[in-house]
Order: sequence, then C-alpha cells, then structure tokens
Amino acid sequence: MFYIEKSEQLADKVHQMWVRAPHVAHHALAGQFVIFRIDEKGERIPLTISAVDGDAIRVIFMAIGKTTTHLASLKSGDSIRDVAGPLGKPSEMGTYGTCVLVGGGVGSANLPIIARAAKAAGNRVIGIIGARNASLIIVENEMRSVCDEFFLATDDGSRGFHGFAADVLKQVMAKERVDRVWIIGPAIMMKVTSEATRAAGIRTLVSLNPIMVDGTGMCGSCRVMVDGMTKFACVDGPEFDAHKVDFNVLMQRLRMYQPEEKESLERYQAHVCACRGGEHHG
Amino acid sequence: MDDRPVEQRVHDFSEVDAGLTEQEAVLEANRCLQCKKPLCITGCPVTIDIPAFIREIAAGDFRKAAVIIKEQNMLPAICGRVCPQEDQCEGACVLGNKNSAIAIGALERFVADHERAHGMVMPQKKPSTGRRVAVVGAGPAGLTASAELARLGYHVTLFESLHAAGGVLMYGIPAFRLPKEIVKAEVDAVLSLGVVLRLNHLVGRSVSTRELLSYDAVFLGTGAGLPYFMGLPGENLPGVYSANEFLTRVNLMHADRFPVYDTPVKRGSRVVVAGGGNVAMDAARVALRLGGRVTLVYRRREEDLPARGAEIARAKEEGIDFVMCTNPVRILGDQVMSGVECIRMEMCTPDDSGRPEPREIAGSTFTIDADVFIAAIGQGPNPLLISELPELKRGKRGNVLVDDEFRTSLRKVFAGGDVATGAATVILAMGAAKSAAHAIDRMLREE
Repeated sequence: MFYIEKSEQLADKVHQMWVRAPHVAHHALAGQFVIFRIDEKGERIPLTISAVDGDAIRVIFMAIGKTTTHLASLKSGDSIRDVAGPLGKPSEMGTYGTCVLVGGGVGSANLPIIARAAKAAGNRVIGIIGARNASLIIVENEMRSVCDEFFLATDDGSRGFHGFAADVLKQVMAKERVDRVWIIGPAIMMKVTSEATRAAGIRTLVSLNPIMVDGTGMCGSCRVMVDGMTKFACVDGPEFDAHKVDFNVLMQRLRMYQPEEKESLERYQAHVCACRGGEHHG
Repeated sequence: MDDRPVEQRVHDFSEVDAGLTEQEAVLEANRCLQCKKPLCITGCPVTIDIPAFIREIAAGDFRKAAVIIKEQNMLPAICGRVCPQEDQCEGACVLGNKNSAIAIGALERFVADHERAHGMVMPQKKPSTGRRVAVVGAGPAGLTASAELARLGYHVTLFESLHAAGGVLMYGIPAFRLPKEIVKAEVDAVLSLGVVLRLNHLVGRSVSTRELLSYDAVFLGTGAGLPYFMGLPGENLPGVYSANEFLTRVNLMHADRFPVYDTPVKRGSRVVVAGGGNVAMDAARVALRLGGRVTLVYRRREEDLPARGAEIARAKEEGIDFVMCTNPVRILGDQVMSGVECIRMEMCTPDDSGRPEPREIAGSTFTIDADVFIAAIGQGPNPLLISELPELKRGKRGNVLVDDEFRTSLRKVFAGGDVATGAATVILAMGAAKSAAHAIDRMLREE
C-alpha cells in the first residue's frame, strides 16, 4: 500500500497527488514514470513523475477515463495498491547551451523536473506553457522560479500569447540560438509543434504516452515507430527524437480501446451516482 | 482423470484437467513397480524421490507423500500441472515401454492438492547463516532459488517488478491450465520459509545495481519476457498483440472479466495466432474462451509443433483450426486490422534442429479475415537489468552466460532459468535455480 500524502485539484479535471513511495522517490530522475494500480481490480496506468520530495513522488493527471477519475476522487490518507517505478529512461541530459521546454495542457506538468535538471546541467532554460485557456494553466510558478525566461500561450488569448505554444517557440527561435527542445503534451500537439524545429535541425525530444500494461518491456503494448523501427516506449523511451517518431501510429494505437474506455467510465459514473453523496465506495 | 467436457470448458477459465480422485490415485500408485534403479528420478530436473512418494500414496499416506515431494520441490501443485512429464519422469518410466507409464504428474498434483486442502507441509530449515542473498524475479526460477536458499539458512530478499509474484505462472499460463489460487498458495508456502518479497521493485530502477551487489550473493531469475514480433507490415495496427500482452491482460489483469476489472482486451470474433509452442496454444485457447473463432498458423508441419501433445490435442478438441505450413506475411487493415495475409510454406532440407527448413511458396498467398492477431513466436531474455550490468557476459541471443555452477561473469552473481537458456520450461528453470542455490551455498560456506 502506498499512502497519498496530498491530493488537490489544480484546474478543471487536472489533479495533483503526492504519494509516499520511497523505492521510487529515492531513484527517480527527470523524464521517468511510474505505474499505478489503484486496487485489486485496477488497471496498470503509467504516470510521469513530475516532482520528488523525500520519500514522496508527485503525479499530475487529467481525470478523463475511469481510472484517472477514480484516482482524482482519492484523498490524502487514502492509498494506492501498487506503485512500480521509476520506469523508463531518464531524460537525455547534458550541457547544451539554450534549452526550450514546451508544454501542452496537462503535459506541462512534466516540465519543471526536466527544467531543474537542465538548469543543474548548466543550461539556459526557456519555458513555454500552452493551454486552451487561462484556467487550465498549471505549474506556472514552478516554471517561473526555475526558468531564465518563461512564456504563456492560450488558444483563446485569455492569458499570455494568443495562439499556440508552437508560435511562441518559433518566436524564441527567431530571436536566439536554440540548442535543445523538449515538447510534452498531447500527441497531436507534439506532432505539430515539433515541426517548428525540424528544418533548423534542432534536436527535439518528446515524451510519448502510449497505452502500457507492465511498463517493464514485457508486453509490447506501448510499441511506437521511431525511425522506421519498433521501439517500446516503456524501456526504450518514453523520450524519443521527435523528428523520427511516427505520430500517426501513436495516435492510432492510443485510440485502440476507446469503446472500452467509454464503457468503463460510464459504468463507474453510474456506480458513483448510485452511492450516497457521490462518494466512491470501491 | 478426465478432462472437463469441451462444450462446458470452452466457456470458462476453470481448470480443464479434473485431476485424480483418491481412489484413482491409489490405484495408479499401485501400478508402480518400485524399480531398484528408478529411471524416473533421473528424468526429473529437481530429482524428486518419485518411487518413495508413490509408495506413500499406495499406502494411503498422502501427507507423507507430500513431505517427500516437498524435500525437493516447493511447487508441486504447479509442476504436477505444467511439467512436460512425457519428456521427463514419465518418459523414463519403464512401464512406458510396454503399456502406459505411471501418471507421475497427475500423482504429484494429487498429493499437492490434497496437501493444500489439509494444511501445507513445511520442510526443514537449517539455522541462520546470517548471510543475505538477493533473488531477482519471482517466477519459477526465483521462487525455487528463494525457497532453497531460505532452507539453507540464508536471508532472502526476492524482488519482483510486477504487483504479484509468480512470473509466467501468473501472467503467462492461463487459469484453465494452472488456477491462480494454486500459484498463490505455493508462493505463500515459499514466503512462509522467511523469504522477504518486494513487489513493484524493478531491479536496475527501483533498486540500484550497487544496492543489488551489496548482497552476499545474487541470483538472477529474470526470465524471458521480451516478446518477439515478426516485423510484418501492419504489425502496429490496433488488434495486433504479442502473446505476452494478450495473455498478461487476461491472466494477470483479468481482462476476461472487464468491465468488473478495469483492464480491457480486444475480444476478436476471428482470431489468428501465429506460432506452434505452448504459448501459442495458450493464446489460442484464451482467445477461444473470449468468444473468438480461432485459427492457428504454423510455418512447419503438424509433427513439428513444439507444444506438448496433450495441449495440442485439447486445443483441437476445443475447436481451434490448425493451418500448418503457413506463415503470416502482412497484417491488413486501415486504422484497425481486418485480416492476415498468409503464405504457404514448403518443407526443405532439415536445418540444425533436425526439422525441415520452411520456405515460402511463391504466389501462394491467401487472406484470413481477422480482427485480432497474436504473435506467439517466442520471447527473449528480459534485457533491462542485464543491460544495467554491462560486465555481465551475454550470448548471441542476449541470454546471460553461466558456467556449470550457474556462475555469471560477475563475481557473486548467479543466474538460471530462461534468462540463461532462453525460453524453456518451468521445470528446467526450477532445476537450474535449485542447483544455483546450492552453488551459492557452497561459495558462501567456503568464504
């Protein structure tokens, strides 16, 4: 059992949770993830480790499916049945010069830990966070505190630049030399945004989020095409060279269980409604 | 000792083989000749005193039979079910020459099931040596090494990356061949020897290699869990699975009971399984139980199928369509898979394995409509931990190289089971693990 030390909502459907898991916390590095299994009947889902503090790790997630909705309903003092990790390869890190970190939506949650690692490695770090609107911006203060420069972009212009994070990235590239870029967000956002750096030949890394089961290289559920070769995101990634990733395969595979996900969520919501006060009773 | 009727068993995941009744067990045990030089023992990778436990069954002392088996094997209910006895103890039984060999596997299972129902037998333990041994991987090899080392007086920490112990016994072998409560009971018996189990610990990630090497000795039993894909066009289309993924979703995560359990699996209405080993049979029979019409394609001939004869027969009885001398060449579909393009194979001159080398017959392609494809063409050693130990010498296929004492090239590090041999059987892994445990004991006593 792994205790939830803190659980709070950051934005609409976006939640953050600190979980005590010393075996993960003591070894976790930027870019790695954990697998959660909430209870005996739960599925195994990967979540990026977005911060570490002592024996605890932080995950930030969006409550969109059954498991994440259930997870969001858990409070401090509750527990998670299984936490495995840290999994995956840590972010490729070195002293490159200027690094730009671009986050889209809840994917932005994964930037601060990479920003800190990049800063510690002696890089100039520029952060860009894009969101649909101002209320969905997360980890802004953390990013401001670690980045040398920081920009916001919203699709509706409610805060920061009116437009996409990709546009801000292009502006930064027009102004100064950029040596390394990370882009983390929804698959379509990573696909589109990474086009901005392709022509300039700037090494650009994306963190892929395919469906996983074991997360340790034993099933191949998370296979992705990178440079024409099949790779397992759980052990060969989750970070890959954006310009070599076949995002269409990734998106196709992410849709594989859409009908089942819908069924599972509807069943869960019906169950929650049937319970008194909307509280979940297992 | 009959199988449950086909029309009943294809709709559930309960055990197919009903096992022996007490009366049947005693009758069967009485057929044993009690040979002076029993060949069956030499056929057993963990050297169970087979005539001795059979003698106790004949005398009606099932508990004493369990004590005898447990001396050599802590996982008898598992072995009684999944060992290829026909190639081992039963294959060596002299009665097999004239009529049928003693059903040693069924007897072992009977004794173990009786034991489980009447209270587990605890084998003797030596006093503590005060030394610490790390065992990596709680599959058949790791469990056996842990049990053996604990009995020899070592403090054993057993690391497992998944949320349950058992390895392939949990995620790979379906419940209709090996019920999961039986695995849990035998795992618990190993743990009751004082073995400390650390679930959710992926060594090399949750446990640093430095921490691992701080133990007095290490046994690597990380298995062969890396699924091979065939490299076919269309292989990443939704609907295409490795056997490992398909089986893990059902066996470990209970996707057959989705949405009560959260993990889904595609229930194909038409399923193609490629491969001819036990894993292919398991995948095909699971897909059948999920409601699919299942075709198994294998590139060689029926007589070349590497799976156990009994499992092939059961798969056929249950209605799996066997298409031999056929290989998939392409997965068809747009967005999701819709079929498998296959090609006929002709058998040419025998290769190194003594089996004919299969060769494609030009222009013989044909299509099988299918919405699920399962590649069951084998697994390689789990690469993760062993790649974190670069000093570990490895063979061509990524397997860890060991000497006759199961020592690796790294001091104090031993390995056994599939990680050393490549994918093989549960019992061979157990045999290797047992020998490795004794080699560790000898090394630590000589220090």
